[in-house]
Amino acid sequence: MLDFTAKPRLVVIGNGMAGIRTIEHLIERAPDLYQITVFGAEPHVNYNRILLSPVLAGEKTLEEIVLNPESWYQEHNVKLRKGEQVEMIDRRTREVVTATGERVSYDRLLIATGSHPIMLPLPGGRLQGVVSYRDISDVNLMLDAARRGGRAVVIGGGLLGLEAANGLMKRGMEVTVVHLVDTLMERQLDKTAGDMLRESLEARGLRFKMPAQTQAILGDDRVTGVRFADGEGVAADLVVMAVGIRPNVDLAKKAGLHCERGIVVSDTMQTFDGRIYAVGECVQHRRQTYGLVAPLFDQAKVCANHLAFSGFARYEGSSVSTKLKVTGIDLFSAGDFGGGDNREEIVLHDAGAGVYKRLVLQDNKLIGAVLYGDTGDGAWYFKLLREGADVGQIRDRLMFGEGQESKAGGGAKAAALSDDAEICGCNGVCKGTIVKAIAEKKLFTVEDVRAHTKASASCGSCTSLVEQILASTLGDYSEAPKTKPICGCTSFGHDDVRRAIVEQQLKTVPEAMTLLGWLKPDGCHVCRPALNYYLLAAWPGEYRDDPQSRFINERVHANIQRDGTFSVVPRMWGGVTSPDELRAIADVADKFQIPTVKVTGGQRIDLLGVKKQDLPEVWGDLNKAGLVSGHAYGKALRTVKTCVGTDWCRFGTQDSTGLGIRLEKFLWGSWTPAKVKMAVSGCPRNCAEATCKDIGVICVDSGYEIQFAGAAGLHIKGTELLTKVATEDECIEVIAALVQLYRERARYGERIYKWCDRTGLEIIRKAVVDDLSQRRALFARFAFSQQFAQSDPWAERAEKRTAEHEFAPLAELEVA
Amino acid sequence: MSGWIDVGSAQDIPRLGARVVRLGALAIAVFRTADDAYFALDDRCPHRGGPLAQGIVHGHKVTCPLHNFVIDLESGSAVAPDEGCARRHAVKVEAGRLMLAPAMAAV
Repeated sequence: MLDFTAKPRLVVIGNGMAGIRTIEHLIERAPDLYQITVFGAEPHVNYNRILLSPVLAGEKTLEEIVLNPESWYQEHNVKLRKGEQVEMIDRRTREVVTATGERVSYDRLLIATGSHPIMLPLPGGRLQGVVSYRDISDVNLMLDAARRGGRAVVIGGGLLGLEAANGLMKRGMEVTVVHLVDTLMERQLDKTAGDMLRESLEARGLRFKMPAQTQAILGDDRVTGVRFADGEGVAADLVVMAVGIRPNVDLAKKAGLHCERGIVVSDTMQTFDGRIYAVGECVQHRRQTYGLVAPLFDQAKVCANHLAFSGFARYEGSSVSTKLKVTGIDLFSAGDFGGGDNREEIVLHDAGAGVYKRLVLQDNKLIGAVLYGDTGDGAWYFKLLREGADVGQIRDRLMFGEGQESKAGGGAKAAALSDDAEICGCNGVCKGTIVKAIAEKKLFTVEDVRAHTKASASCGSCTSLVEQILASTLGDYSEAPKTKPICGCTSFGHDDVRRAIVEQQLKTVPEAMTLLGWLKPDGCHVCRPALNYYLLAAWPGEYRDDPQSRFINERVHANIQRDGTFSVVPRMWGGVTSPDELRAIADVADKFQIPTVKVTGGQRIDLLGVKKQDLPEVWGDLNKAGLVSGHAYGKALRTVKTCVGTDWCRFGTQDSTGLGIRLEKFLWGSWTPAKVKMAVSGCPRNCAEATCKDIGVICVDSGYEIQFAGAAGLHIKGTELLTKVATEDECIEVIAALVQLYRERARYGERIYKWCDRTGLEIIRKAVVDDLSQRRALFARFAFSQQFAQSDPWAERAEKRTAEHEFAPLAELEVA
Repeated sequence: MSGWIDVGSAQDIPRLGARVVRLGALAIAVFRTADDAYFALDDRCPHRGGPLAQGIVHGHKVTCPLHNFVIDLESGSAVAPDEGCARRHAVKVEAGRLMLAPAMAAV
């Protein structure tokens, strides 16, 4: 009889990293959806295959590379049948057949059979002492051989072969690497880097025979040597074949599923039989097969999403980077670095220092990178490559790495740092803590590290250091997703969500969440403020701001301080104030016993330590003197800093104070993706420091230079010149158009300089300077939205008692 | 002091919001979730003492406004991998009134 209450059955063939990662995601999303059975051909629990090389080299033990212990399977009701081989998939009856003939039914099937090592069909290939390099049993065979000492030949000078050779050498064997072509790791390296690698491996004691073709493996029943096509030979007690891997498609092919090099899957990781999914090294997706961990994890995420009936995530391929796990050799490779007509190269080669770097560019984008000897910037290059960032502007500094991009604290190289070096200055996390967490908690991604250690969880400026530590600790790390989801509540990125809001006419936060299949009904503290902003920017005058989706500062229009009190900063247009305003501020400070009064960096006065319940009254008093909210708490226009210009200064060329006031009066109140700080300087001496602001104006005798995309916080960056205009009116028009473009295009939380880096200066200039009709349209949209934005939030709360509940306690009880 | 205290109307707290009940020197944060469940915790994040009532409420959780610690409203515990716990107080709605029973040790 059919049991309709029974959970559907999910059978997984393959107990490796891709399959189990899928199950982990699935359980996270839909804990009780399936009865899960996992078949694993190896007699082990799921372990980290990437770390076999450190095990071989004696740097790690087998126990240390276990990812999911037995208890994990039990805890999550996953039935593990390890050491059991599946022999056949019967699609007609929806059953898998095991080696013992047992038939196990499935409703959904996941094939994660990984890959086979390629064994060359050489005479003597089946002799004892000839092994592949793929799993724990291979490593055990190699370790046995190494204990007896003697000579080893590794066939294959790729990543895997070199790691095997290095491990065996460290275990005391005399090792010769045989390679078919004359460049080591020719898929990842160019000739120069390959030669440098060979030299340094030779210096460590490895021998090379290349280019050389192996003709036969010699011996009677045990291997004794290898003979090459040129007639030469070498003695060997162990031969390791590491010439590559081949997707394991045997079962799928037998079951009639469409296979080419791998099992062909769609963007949802389904095979041609919709009930059967496949992930990992066994699949072929958009003609690509993958052998690195990051793409497999991406696939796992998408597959789990689909298995959980969420069904919105898609896998669109990954870009991958490679790092050789040979301790002491720094090598990084990513992307495509073959030559070509429209490709350009930047090369740095310091043979004496053992450093080689080659960057390949196409259409102002980085498409390939090879680093040897100094890989500290690998993560940064990989990020530029993955994001397809426009590097035209930083091309002259690109080779010198992220440190040259004026990052606060300089570009310290993570690998060289000691364990007690502080990595995350915000949360006080040192390198040792991060390394320990990665090893003990089996962390793979920056997000994992962030969650477990808090490193890079605040300001984020140490993210690339954390990535470097992750890379050097894991050995193989590649951050893959091209579009990063906004947060764990969705798999859509910022740009997708924005597009959907406009195209699908989504008008409220719940509507957007429903249509886009948010995983949690009311999202989280990361996505809700972003959605609220996108809706506000898309539908001015129509969208009703959702106060519960605002961070506290924007909800109560003041800055929360570490003790739970608030700071209040009134607006001073262009930094100009008056005796009456100052008297009002002094009176308020006295009346409410405000402990600290301080001048800010943006030419304002900050009242610190105001109790929340006093805020409306403080604002009421300030309002009476004409002072309004300075928005010092918001992702909004903060301040326009000015110098005194032609009014007073003997060098002033224009009325910089007057222009600053005009700008501030026009722009205030608008919400932006991140805070916007501005300044106007009256001459190129630049006393208002306009060239490190989000937007700055430098007055010159003939007009106004409009600068933008500067920063002087986490990063220090001078502005870029946008354009020069002749009149104040034109200056305001261009700046308002620029702000509007930023409001419409940037991601929530993205400062102007980051947005400009990502978008490209030329594209922005074209929209707000060159294309006059687009400039005017942007300006008009900005002016329209300002109608609804320019209402003093302080006055609303002080006079009209809006949102009164925010400021008063619910109840004040006497202690009996 | 023991038993239930009427601290106001259940409507006085907005959905996905929170308000503070002061009890002498103690501040108790009372939360209302999207599904109109109510929870009460000490208004102190176990991390650095941040005022939880000022945080963003999502699901049955609140995010501390100071350093984004996420606290589970049902248990008062920080969501893994963070650690720590804010003390819970009993709260219920009766005939539209919000009733709070502060934990005994609170007074």
